[in-house]
Amino acid sequence: MSAAEENAAILEVADMRVWYGTRGDPVRAVDGVSFSIGAGETLGLVGESGCGKSTLGRGTLGLLPPMASVSGSVRYDGRELVGMDPKELRDMRGPELGLIFQEPMTRLDPLQTIEKHFRETLRTHEPDLDDDEVRRRSLEALAGMGIPPTRFKQYPHEFSGGMRQRIMIALALVLNPKVLIADEPTTALDVIVEAQILGILADLRRNFDTAVLLITHNLGIVAEACDRVAVMYAGEIVEQGDAREVFAEPAHPYTRELLRATISLETTGLNYIDGAPPSLIDPPPACRFHPRCPNAMAVCAELAPEETTGGGGQRVRCWLNGPEERIPEGGREPLEREEIAAAEEA
Amino acid sequence: MARFIVRRLIASIFLLIVVSAVVFLLFYVFPSADPAQLRAGRQANADQIQAIRESLGLDKSVIAQFWIYIKGVFTPLDLPGTDSHGPLYFGHSYQSNADVKDVIFSDLPATVMLVVGAVIVWMGVAIPTGIISAVRRRSFLDRATMITTLIFISAPVFWLGLVFLYLFADDVGLIPIFPGIGSYGAADTFAGKVGAMILPWLVLGLATAAIYARYLRSQMLDVMEEDYIRTAYAKGLPDKRVIMKHTLRSAITPIVTLLGLDVAVLLAGNAILTETVFNIPGVGAETFNAIKRSDLPMIQGITLFGAFFIVTLNLVVDIAYAYLDPRVRYD
Ligand SMILES: Nc1ncnc2c1ncn2[C@@H]1O[C@H](COP(=O)(O)OP(=O)(O)O)[C@@H](O)[C@H]1O
Ligand SMILES: [Mg+2]
Repeated sequence: MSAAEENAAILEVADMRVWYGTRGDPVRAVDGVSFSIGAGETLGLVGESGCGKSTLGRGTLGLLPPMASVSGSVRYDGRELVGMDPKELRDMRGPELGLIFQEPMTRLDPLQTIEKHFRETLRTHEPDLDDDEVRRRSLEALAGMGIPPTRFKQYPHEFSGGMRQRIMIALALVLNPKVLIADEPTTALDVIVEAQILGILADLRRNFDTAVLLITHNLGIVAEACDRVAVMYAGEIVEQGDAREVFAEPAHPYTRELLRATISLETTGLNYIDGAPPSLIDPPPACRFHPRCPNAMAVCAELAPEETTGGGGQRVRCWLNGPEERIPEGGREPLEREEIAAAEEA
Repeated sequence: MARFIVRRLIASIFLLIVVSAVVFLLFYVFPSADPAQLRAGRQANADQIQAIRESLGLDKSVIAQFWIYIKGVFTPLDLPGTDSHGPLYFGHSYQSNADVKDVIFSDLPATVMLVVGAVIVWMGVAIPTGIISAVRRRSFLDRATMITTLIFISAPVFWLGLVFLYLFADDVGLIPIFPGIGSYGAADTFAGKVGAMILPWLVLGLATAAIYARYLRSQMLDVMEEDYIRTAYAKGLPDKRVIMKHTLRSAITPIVTLLGLDVAVLLAGNAILTETVFNIPGVGAETFNAIKRSDLPMIQGITLFGAFFIVTLNLVVDIAYAYLDPRVRYD
C-alpha cells in the first residue's frame, strides 16, 4: 500500500458490483471491485475494452442508466455515495466529483455555445456568480487548455475533436473537483493532443491535489501518467499496485499479456492476446482468465483465486501467486483444455 | 442566409408555376362544362356563345390559354374578355357566380381560426404529454397515454367529431355544454364564433396532438441516449434543467418541421373533414362543395392557393431550422 492510499484516501470503493438489465440474465459488468485513491494521486485503470472500466467509472459517480443496479460501497471524503439522496449526490457532481468522457465529439450539446456550457455549469453550483466572474473563470479554464477567448461564443461543431476534448476537460476543471474520473480521455485523439492532455492531468495533481482515476486501455499512458495501476479483467480487478512495480514485475498473466501486447504494438504490431474477453452475462467459472491464460493450472478452472501480495508489493488474484496451502492436490497440473470442442465449434 | 432566402424564393416561384401548369393541364383535359356556355347562360344562341368563347380566348391554343392563366395568377396585366385582373386571379366560378379569389378569401378566416386554435390545443397537449411520457417511460402514466393517443390516431376525425357532438353539443349532446353543428355560421359576434370553434378545436387538436405526443416522446427518448445528455448529468445539473434545456431543445426541432407542414396543408383545405362535420364555412368545406359540384375553377384556385401555403411555410420552416440548430448553414 502506498503512503497516499493509507493516509488520505479521498475515494474508497469497496466490493462494488454493477449489473445491467433487470429481466433475464443480467450483465455483471463490475463484479466485486475494491480500490482507493488518495488526494493528488493518479490511479490508472486498464483492461481490454468491454471489461467494465467505464461502468466502474460511472458507477462511482452514480451515473449509471436506470436499468443498472449497484451494490457495495463508494466513500468520498468519508461520505457514502451508494444509496445517497440523489439531490445531494447531484450537488457533489461537478465541484467534488468530475467526469471526463471518452467520446469528445458528441459530449457537448450541439445547440449551445461554449459560453453557455460554462455559464450553466458554474451557475448551477455557484448561483451567486455574476456575469463577469463567470466569464473570467471560464476563460481562465479554457486558456489553461489552450483554447483562445476569441472562440468562447462558438458552437461545438466549430471545433476539432482534440479541442472539444480540451473544452470538456476545462468544463470539468472549472469547478476544481477533488476527484476526477477520466474515461479514456485521449483514445479518440492523435498522439500530440494525447501528450498535451496527459500533461494537463499531470499538472492537475501537482497543483490542485486532485485525485484522478484515469481509465485507459493503453498501458503506455499508465506508465507515463499514473502513480498506481489497477488491471481489470471481465468485471474484476485482477492486479493492482504501484505502477512502476507492477510493470517491472507483473504478477498476473493477464497483466503480462497486456504488457507484451503493448510493447510489441510499438515494435512489430503483431502481438495480441489470443481470444476475446468473455461475455459478462455468463463469465467463465473460477478464474475468469483461465480459458485464455498461457499458464492456466487445473485449480484455475475450479476455484476463484484469492487476493495475495505479489513480488512488487502489488495485490494480485492469481493461483500462480498462491496461497500455496489453498491449492488442492494436483491443482498445479497444467490445465487440460477442451481443444476438441473448440476445434469443432470453429 | 440572405442568398439562401433569395434562391429559395426564386425556386418557390418556379415551383408554383410548375404546379399551375399541372393544375391547368388537368383542368384542360378534364371533361367539363364549357365556360363560355356557363357564362352565356341558358338562353344564349350559338353565335353569342362563340363570341364569348373568343373574348375569353378559349378558342386559342393551349399555350396561349395557359399564358392567359399564368398572367391572371401571377401578374397584374389585363385579361381578355373580363374586367378582373391578377395577381391571384384564378378564374370565375360560374356555379357560385363569384371570383374564385374572393370566395377563398371569404373562407379563409374560418379556416385560419380553426387551425390556429387547433395548433394551440395540439401543441399545448402534445408537448407536456410527450415530455412526461418520455421521462416516465414505461410507467403506468406513459402506457395509459400511449394507449389513449393510439385511439385518437386510429379514430377518423369525422367519427371523432360525431362522438364529440354526441357527447357535448348543446343541441344533441349528453352533456350539452358547447355549441354544435353550424353554430359558426350562425354566430354573429366574435365571442359566438369562438364558442362555436370549441368542439372543432378539440377534435382537430386532440387528433393531431396524439401524433405529436408520440413523435415528441420518441424524439425525447432518442435524445436522452445522447452523450451530451450524460455530460449534462455529470456536471450535476438538476434533472429538470437537463430535460427542458438540453433534451427538449433538441427533440423539438423536428417537431417544428412537422408543425410547419401540417399548418400549411390544413390551411390549404386539409381541414376538410373537421369543417364538413361541423359545417364550418372554411376552405376545406369549400373544397368539398367544389368537388361535389365539379366547380373546376374553384378546385384549381384552392389547389394553387394550397400550393402557395405549402411552399411558403416550407421556406419558413427551413429558415427557422437554421435558427434552432446552429449546425445548419445554408449558403
Ligand atoms: N447501458 C448498458 N446496458 C447493458 N449493458 C451494458 C451497458 N453499458 C455497458 N454494458 C456492458 O457492460 C460491459 C462493460 O462495458 P464497459 O463498462 O463499457 O466496458 P469498458 O469501458 O471496459 O469497455 C460490456 O459487456 C457492455 O456490453
Ligand atoms: Mg469504456
